[in-house]
Amino acid sequence: MWKYAIKRILLAAVTIFIIIAITFFAMNAIPGGPFNKEKATDPAVLAVLEARYNLDKPVPVQFLLYLKNLLHGDLGISLKTGRDISTIIGESFPISARLGGMAILVALVLGLFFGSIAALNRNKWPDRAIIFFTTFFVSVPSFVLATLLLLVFCLKLGWVPVWSTTRTNYVLPVIALAMYPMSYITRLTKSSMLDVLGQDYIRTARAKGVHTGKVIFKHALRNALIPVVTYVGPMSAYILTGSLVVETVFTIGGLGSKFVTGISYRDYPLIMGTTIFLATIMVIMTLLSDLAYKAVDPNIKFE
Amino acid sequence: MNDNRCGYPKKNPLSMQIDLSKFEPATEEEKRQHEVMRPSSTFFRDGMRKLFKNPLAVGSVIVLLLIFVTIIVAPMVVPYSYSDMVTIDGVRDKTAKNLSPFTYSEKEQEAIARGDRIFPHIFGTDALCRDYFMRVIYGTRVSLSVGLFASIIVLIIGLLYGSISGYAGGHTDLVMMRIVDIIYSLPDLLIIILLSVVLDATLGKVIQGTIFARLGTNMLSIFIVFGLLYWVSMARLVRGQILSIKQNEYVLAARALGAKPSRIIKKHILPNCISVIFISTALQVPSAIFTESFLSFVGLGVQAPMPSLGSLANAAREGLQSYPYKLVFPSVMICLIVLAFNLLGDGLRDAFDPKLRG
Repeated sequence: MWKYAIKRILLAAVTIFIIIAITFFAMNAIPGGPFNKEKATDPAVLAVLEARYNLDKPVPVQFLLYLKNLLHGDLGISLKTGRDISTIIGESFPISARLGGMAILVALVLGLFFGSIAALNRNKWPDRAIIFFTTFFVSVPSFVLATLLLLVFCLKLGWVPVWSTTRTNYVLPVIALAMYPMSYITRLTKSSMLDVLGQDYIRTARAKGVHTGKVIFKHALRNALIPVVTYVGPMSAYILTGSLVVETVFTIGGLGSKFVTGISYRDYPLIMGTTIFLATIMVIMTLLSDLAYKAVDPNIKFE
Repeated sequence: MNDNRCGYPKKNPLSMQIDLSKFEPATEEEKRQHEVMRPSSTFFRDGMRKLFKNPLAVGSVIVLLLIFVTIIVAPMVVPYSYSDMVTIDGVRDKTAKNLSPFTYSEKEQEAIARGDRIFPHIFGTDALCRDYFMRVIYGTRVSLSVGLFASIIVLIIGLLYGSISGYAGGHTDLVMMRIVDIIYSLPDLLIIILLSVVLDATLGKVIQGTIFARLGTNMLSIFIVFGLLYWVSMARLVRGQILSIKQNEYVLAARALGAKPSRIIKKHILPNCISVIFISTALQVPSAIFTESFLSFVGLGVQAPMPSLGSLANAAREGLQSYPYKLVFPSVMICLIVLAFNLLGDGLRDAFDPKLRG
């Protein structure tokens, strides 16, 4: 177990390093420096500015300095607003994290519930209905779902107020974000639940006369949960990138919409910083879900 | 004694020898019964037969065919273009702005009153007086071709990489798979956004004046990014298949006969895993369309005036309350295409995957 964990942590560290390197060198490849304006800046001023931000040094040295700053939590300054990127992330990420956390919770609870229902009623109408809806929702892009929800429930029916800083309503954004992972978890739970229900120990438990509810919750669901654990990593990645779109549609001022605004203004330092921040979270989530999977599943042996 | 017609020696009642007198030659009719009842079925034909028994798969094939025919035929029938304003007698019609489906602008109504025949705006027009039906049709063309090309790129790179890695084995395999592991753990959409931003800024000058300039930098960067990142799962799949097929005796026999590795991969291994690879390619198409529409939505999609389904849906967010149909048409198209490809992929897997064949 420890050997595996160390190997996985090393791979994650290498991945994060590669992401930082890609980000840095990609941004370096963009022609034009951050101080190129319509009007030519005075060369003396430019030289001072470049020295201030270490732009006069060779690229590898710049990279090392950039790494050093990253380790100190300094992600640079936004071109558009002139503010610290770490401050921007610190302000806006809690909103995104709250939205994403709720979406993950909803997707997990409902996905497990519907998946179990479908597996227990195999080939009956609840199963067919659930599979129909999940197949459908796996095919709907989140921005389409988000915009349609906004159109119908906010603008046409007026059931939910449009998002503002004073009136925050998470219902629609959470639905838009959670629908795809929920459908996926439902299908995953159904197939793993069907697998487990065919096992000998379920038959044994039934033969002993154990109560059906206990068989389902104690024997079946606990084992069917294991494959779902591996999906938590990809799901958090999906929800973090999905929040770019959903936050933009619902005009929520989280990190996602800040990122999209950064893209449209070509605010390179902001794009860089946010990419590294989000990517690190995704890699860590994947690492945690992989480790949890190995720890939880009794069938896996470690060499 | 009369029984011994054929001149066989008389049978000893205790012997195990067969009493041939009890046998008689089969008649013509009986012989015919032993003929094979149905023609032998190939793997492909068998799979197709299974596929056509699956109503969902057949439905999605029909939907996809309809979409293909529409996007090919519609531009020949409908007299409008996706990039230019609606015109009447060669004059730009500025009144044809934001029309609802099947309505005509003031100038068009005048023309109809004069007795001219005007082709209806099936989906209405957009804010720049362009026929929206044609924009959706071209958007579908763009999105579908992005999906198909991206899948083909993924297929080629993944197939080459996976078969080399799986066939070579040993240290080569180890190193190649470590690279795959690292690329696999990169958050793909974020890297795509990053690379699209960068390529958008750097590619423009490089491709100026070539054919690629018509495609636009964003479209090119989508392909480049797919070529860089998305092939890894295909490579893993191919490698896994090859590793298991490599164990078979016929591969050993071919090697013993002195066949070159390239021939063994081409003639013995690939035909045996082609169905699994094909299915996974079919399932790659919707994911590529998803990615393209996501990028278009974030503002990194195809170059204007070229439409894609994602950029149309994004553009429809302005004036959403007044013209909701502008969102509905491209959205329905995306959902239809993705759903059809997903269902078709599932159907193909049920029909062709050797592991699922009972």
